[in-house]
Amino acid sequence: MYAYDKYDQAMVDARVAEFRDQTRRRIEGSLSEEKFRPLRLQNGLYLQLHAYMLRVAVPYGTLSSAQMHVLGDIADKYDRGYGHFTTRQNIQYNWIKLDETPDILAELAKVEMHAIQTSGNCIRNISSDQYAGASPEELIDPRPYAELMRQWSSFHPEFLALPRKFKICVIASETDRAAMRLHDIGIRIVKNDAGEIGASFYVGGGMGRTPFIAPLLNAFVPLDQLITYAEAALRVYNRYGRRDNKYKARIKILVHELGLEEYKRQVEEEFAHLQSQDIEPPLAELERIKAHFADPAFEAGLSDDLDLSNPGFARWVRANTAPHKVPGYAIATISLKPAGGIPGDASADQIREMAALAKAYSLDELRVTHAQNIVLPHVKKADLFALWQRLDAAGLATANLDAITDIIACPGLDYCSLANARSIPLAQKISSRFTDNGKEEALGELKLKISGCINACGHHHAGHIGILGVDRKGVENYQLLLGGSEGADTSLGQITGPGFSEDGVVDAIDRVTDLYLNQREEGERFLDTYRRLGMAPFKEVIYG
Amino acid sequence: MKIITGNDLKSGAVTWWDGKGWSLHVNDAVAVEADAAAIIAEEEATRRVTGAYTVDAEQGADGIRPAHIKERIRALGPTVRLDLSLDPSATPDRVL
Amino acid sequence: MADPQFLFRDEAASAPAVPLSAFGEDTNATAVRIEPADDARALLPHLDRLSLVEVSFPAFTDGRGFSSARILREAGYTGELRATGDIGVDMLTHLRRVGFDAIAPATQLDAAEAETAFNTWPEVYQATVVDGRKPIWALRHGL
Repeated sequence: MYAYDKYDQAMVDARVAEFRDQTRRRIEGSLSEEKFRPLRLQNGLYLQLHAYMLRVAVPYGTLSSAQMHVLGDIADKYDRGYGHFTTRQNIQYNWIKLDETPDILAELAKVEMHAIQTSGNCIRNISSDQYAGASPEELIDPRPYAELMRQWSSFHPEFLALPRKFKICVIASETDRAAMRLHDIGIRIVKNDAGEIGASFYVGGGMGRTPFIAPLLNAFVPLDQLITYAEAALRVYNRYGRRDNKYKARIKILVHELGLEEYKRQVEEEFAHLQSQDIEPPLAELERIKAHFADPAFEAGLSDDLDLSNPGFARWVRANTAPHKVPGYAIATISLKPAGGIPGDASADQIREMAALAKAYSLDELRVTHAQNIVLPHVKKADLFALWQRLDAAGLATANLDAITDIIACPGLDYCSLANARSIPLAQKISSRFTDNGKEEALGELKLKISGCINACGHHHAGHIGILGVDRKGVENYQLLLGGSEGADTSLGQITGPGFSEDGVVDAIDRVTDLYLNQREEGERFLDTYRRLGMAPFKEVIYG
Repeated sequence: MKIITGNDLKSGAVTWWDGKGWSLHVNDAVAVEADAAAIIAEEEATRRVTGAYTVDAEQGADGIRPAHIKERIRALGPTVRLDLSLDPSATPDRVL
Repeated sequence: MADPQFLFRDEAASAPAVPLSAFGEDTNATAVRIEPADDARALLPHLDRLSLVEVSFPAFTDGRGFSSARILREAGYTGELRATGDIGVDMLTHLRRVGFDAIAPATQLDAAEAETAFNTWPEVYQATVVDGRKPIWALRHGL
């Protein structure tokens, strides 16, 4: 894992001091709310329905055991005993006090963490593949590139008042587990025909009210031009992104309105200019960062044998573990989606228990996934049973990764001041119904995603089944979408038709999943069957 | 009737204008008329509240009920965590 | 236009700034003001006759002026580069980093708060080049 040197620590400490001073000025009155708002947002502090909410960055989703432990302690000491893991691999707390926030940031800084640029119209925390450094199929660990970009994007003076927020994702495998093409810039680390490593840039993806899948901007940017190229792409956006309408201010609209070719021409022109400016860190800096991401001390020669005689354990292994690049190890996902639970929430005790489990069984590392789960990336297969028993005791052994009950849901109207409808109670009803009726396991992979408003924080456009909450004359109403996907086969869901009440949408999902079970061909997932049959038969069973 | 709500600047807690100051309990809210804008301006300027605005509400048998579900959730707490509500009698039915 | 509250060069330019629309080949103007939507690159052919470029920030949330400033400095402009408008204390350090050497906030800022703000960052992560600061990566590798 990356470890701060004196410079990184000094920067984060300086940020804490800066925010402490800004908070003081706000409370004493020399800073108005209008001026303070963008400053607190760039430190992850929102004013939500019930209180301030603090979003803490988990850069590229990677955490040490000690860091996770502190996240649990903060939930107890400054919040109400729980935290919420988000779709951008961060954690947020719902009941924060403004005058305590500088102290929270100081506690985070002691374990090399922060809330820098987790909100606001700036480059946000950079996300990545939760299996990075553990997956057998990745080309290379993407996190050093993400860390290089984290440092470049932190407090970048030119890009702190962008037209709108800007999200970057870096992955390095064919399988996309991070919804890379639904980011403002998605980067895939690739190898070209000459065997050199470089970066493919995708630009202008995103969800919200106008969803776009990012098109390819540049298939191969050499590693010694990565920052310069990103800077060129951002400068064109900062200068020409729309500022007249916040709903049209994301880079996806600029790329769409200019056309990809024209945007690309402008970026190339800026890039050619910036190359003369000497702004690129030397490759030695990338190598320095890479050294931090060297493999942990894996044991050699371990057996892949596993005793699956316990059916509950066997089911969990089947559902929640993935192959590891080192023989005898597995990647284990801890589901934060118990039947009837709140997706992504974990109590302080659960957070500390996950920290302890990472220390005992995962070489001190954890990951946060964009599907709001936690990953223990390096677990010896010989330890899986002991791990599962402890997870079970902590209420964390739900075996449902990528199942219909593994729901992504935004906080919705229970917490969020932007929401039009509640998301969580719907997620609870669906996960309870499909656990109780036994269909969850039969349905296999079925990604269900719920957003409580058009901003799409719950990724409803990218769900095999998506749900969008709307406000219909003061009453919560839910639209159903089918056929979205965020993976390598990225697609956007289509609305089925008129919306439903909360119970109505659960019934509709029951009917579309029954149709799938009746119509599926060998090996087909729900998404595959939908793509083969099209919308019509699904519409028929819903409204017919 | 119209009542005023906002958040306490330091704690962020949801508060309601009770005629003299800011209460954590919606039932303490008082009806305001044309004076709302002046109250909001004065209270924000002295930093006793942030982000204040008026909402529609009615006086019911259980107390004051804001017209919009969002404000009822603010008044009573998240429907999925009513164990955290300030009002021990809060139930999902009262919020919805 | 009032004198800049913060000046990081020997003296402030005194020529009145004309809008970009009035600044063309046919004038003798030596000072120009650009708005957020103006293309700073339109000034590049005229840099040698300019002693002042005012970059206007009508709203502190509009960051286009940051790019305009860097573009001018990257092209070798050495005259006064003045930020004007809706400028708060918390922008000061970033304005310096993109090459402004004069700052004229519409509302006078508290001197002590400004002093703290200018000294926010012990080091910097990026090479903007135009601020003359060595980024952290250069310090790490002895560059």
